[in-house]
Amino acid sequence: MAVKSNLTNMALCLTAVCLVCSALLGGMYVLTAEPIAKANADILKASIGAVLPEGGELSEAKTIQVGGQPSEYYVSTEGGSVKAYAVKSTVVGFGGPLTLMVGITPDGTVYNTSVLSHTETPGLGAKCTSDEHFYSQFKGFNPAEKILSVKKDGGDIDAITASTITSRAYALAVKNAVEAFKTIKGE
Amino acid sequence: MEYFLIIISAIFVNNIMLAQFLGTCPFIGVSSKISTATGMSGAVVFVITLATLVTYLINKYLLVVFGLEFLQTIAFILVIAALVQMVEIVLKKISPSLYQALGIFLPLITTNCAVLGVALNVVTKEFTFGGGAAHMLNLGESVVYAFATALGYGMALILFAGLREHLELNDVPKQFKGVPIALVTCGILAMAFMGFSGMV
Amino acid sequence: MSKRKLSIFTKGFFKENPTFVLLLGLCPTLATTTSAINGMSMGLATLFVLVLSNIVISAIAPVVPDKVHIPVYIVVIATFVTILQFAMQAYTPDMYKTLGLFIPLIVVNCIVLGRAEAYACKNGIVDSALDGLGIGFGFTMSLTVLGLVREILGSGSAFGWKFISGDGILVFVMAPGAFIALGYLMVLFNKIAKKS
Repeated sequence: MAVKSNLTNMALCLTAVCLVCSALLGGMYVLTAEPIAKANADILKASIGAVLPEGGELSEAKTIQVGGQPSEYYVSTEGGSVKAYAVKSTVVGFGGPLTLMVGITPDGTVYNTSVLSHTETPGLGAKCTSDEHFYSQFKGFNPAEKILSVKKDGGDIDAITASTITSRAYALAVKNAVEAFKTIKGE
Repeated sequence: MEYFLIIISAIFVNNIMLAQFLGTCPFIGVSSKISTATGMSGAVVFVITLATLVTYLINKYLLVVFGLEFLQTIAFILVIAALVQMVEIVLKKISPSLYQALGIFLPLITTNCAVLGVALNVVTKEFTFGGGAAHMLNLGESVVYAFATALGYGMALILFAGLREHLELNDVPKQFKGVPIALVTCGILAMAFMGFSGMV
Repeated sequence: MSKRKLSIFTKGFFKENPTFVLLLGLCPTLATTTSAINGMSMGLATLFVLVLSNIVISAIAPVVPDKVHIPVYIVVIATFVTILQFAMQAYTPDMYKTLGLFIPLIVVNCIVLGRAEAYACKNGIVDSALDGLGIGFGFTMSLTVLGLVREILGSGSAFGWKFISGDGILVFVMAPGAFIALGYLMVLFNKIAKKS
């Protein structure tokens, strides 16, 4: 069946297969690079769109240092004036990193929040993406009037039942975003 | 402190086998006796640590430098396959007794997805330990993480082999004999490990 | 299609079902079956790689020296896996994110290399393609069934359609439930296989 091996044909065969395969992959990479970039950009755009008021021109990604940590944000402008900011915020949840996109209007009110990625327990902490009662609390939240932490910690946020750590992390992520917003504003 | 958290997290909280399902095939395959399970664990710890070290360096100083990250999968699996062969040859020469103990398990390890899984995980995923911020692992952390993960795998394997040895002696319904009862037992073991979640 | 060809295709469904009979590829089976859709997607992704690698390997097997056949097969499989990765990233980014690490790990799925070694390298291109299709569909079927069972018990829905409001038995969506559900399904499978 298979050819008897000697050093020459082994080396030749492996080299040939590796060459053909890497050429094929290189080609595929070039072909799919654009759709992949577009798909990623669409996801990001959709997540930003979900947390900002409609309309307005979106800026490129910018970064700012808040408390020694880099923080990524986007500005939406309309007719030269700033309409809102979208701040990306990552904290440690129950199962690992929890990343949110937080939209904030120039007066400091949270417009809306959405989860970019999480590794919370399905059915418990993962409810932070599906439990409307929980995430809608952050919609129109004014940090000047209310406290951004769960009720257990003396704040004004109702935690998800049996998922205090996730709720705490979510509130902290929003709080960090608000801090970042203050720094952006201060510039 | 950070290293300590990595170790606890990798062994107990995110046990690679019981929480992430990597390396299930050999887990079911070689766990019927404690002695084989111990041999396999030794080989896995050795290969995962070494493979992660090598693939981390290759990724950082070869693939990233030339912008070839998309070749990670293919490059890593080749490196792992070559490495396993090399370990086998070297072991045979310098330590026949160790080769006797681990030798037969080495060829099986190339297709143990825990090895490739850990190697890919450390170069593509962000980790958080304790209250620290999410970040990519550096070389030291990667090796410690790989070592601890492999230890966790070995521990689960030996624990499970112990349970299975006892299962053999028990009178289980005919249809459950062998793999099905092993899977159910494994589920209960995984449930026990869930108690650790959220600790780190 | 002749009867022989048909049996090459259908043996993967039941007689040589990769999950329940051959016990191959258990990692993705357990990890990605949190819902029926996820299980099915993982099965189809594996099917894609399995068919293409079977075809290519059966074509090149006669000229590959015997001592390097494993590395050559692995390179071929890894190439198709990477192509699949690109395609999923570009056109189904959400599914790619859900299945995550388990897409690159198809490389070390014992089903794929196992079929290459046990079947494709000794048989013709058409037979190997049929074998890949049959085993791939068998795998997809088992993953979908396991995903469906876990989804119904764990979240009270089927293929994303919720028919019980509120939570299900959460443990079935988590790691322990995967082992337990697979164990019981295997018992059921053995029972049916015995009768027929």
